[in-house]
Amino acid sequence: MGSAILMDLVFRFLIGGSVVSLFSLWGDVLKPKSLGGVFAGAPTVALATIVLTANKSGANYVAIEGRSMMGGALAFFAYACVVSFILMRFRPSTLKCASLAIPVWGIVAFAAWAIWLR
Amino acid sequence: MHISVDFAKLRMTTPADYISRFVFGGLVTVAATLIANRFGPVVGGLFLAFPGILPPGLTLTEKHVVEKKARSGGSGTRFGRAEASVEAAGASTGALGLIAFGLAVWKSMPVYPLVSSLLIALSAWLIVSFAFWWVRKRL
Repeated sequence: MGSAILMDLVFRFLIGGSVVSLFSLWGDVLKPKSLGGVFAGAPTVALATIVLTANKSGANYVAIEGRSMMGGALAFFAYACVVSFILMRFRPSTLKCASLAIPVWGIVAFAAWAIWLR
Repeated sequence: MHISVDFAKLRMTTPADYISRFVFGGLVTVAATLIANRFGPVVGGLFLAFPGILPPGLTLTEKHVVEKKARSGGSGTRFGRAEASVEAAGASTGALGLIAFGLAVWKSMPVYPLVSSLLIALSAWLIVSFAFWWVRKRL
């Protein structure tokens, strides 16, 4: 891996970590809790990467990513609904529930890709 | 419906929690970049909405409630999980905002300058997610 690529990834790591931390802080301090939760669905990764990606690969590349992001966001919605329902109904361990439900995101995202985005 | 800001909550979060959030956020961002580099923008774009930081965030919420209840001598496990459920429900409305964000990026990036496009997309996320949150609260 070239040093330029490595530096790009380090830069993205630092920006991504900062953006996620900033939105998480807002989620922590806002009341009621459901409003704070909205920030858990914030476009953190997108905000952290779009500027760098646009400079590197151009606006049209980012536009294509934006279109696909709609599919990923639909999958995020399904995942968050499933996690919320299971936690409220059965009260399992939050970490187990939220981690084991990740395939829900994968299935819906794959379906969006296969049906619409491909 | 009363909306407020409680900065005292920040004291409940330990330095280790802040570091783990930072590291998770950074790793998810790097992973999304590597996937986009390997498979192109169509597949890579999906991962811009990957909920990688939600599990640790919800776990932290449960942990805070359990610790708070433990200080008063009770067990807050079930209540902590209910709180995490409420937060996940909030995240689902944020995800609806993410759809609007993606739509705005898709349509505005080829037309407007980068900064304007990002502002449009961020506004779309804010308006749609909070509108759905507000409607959900009213139901």
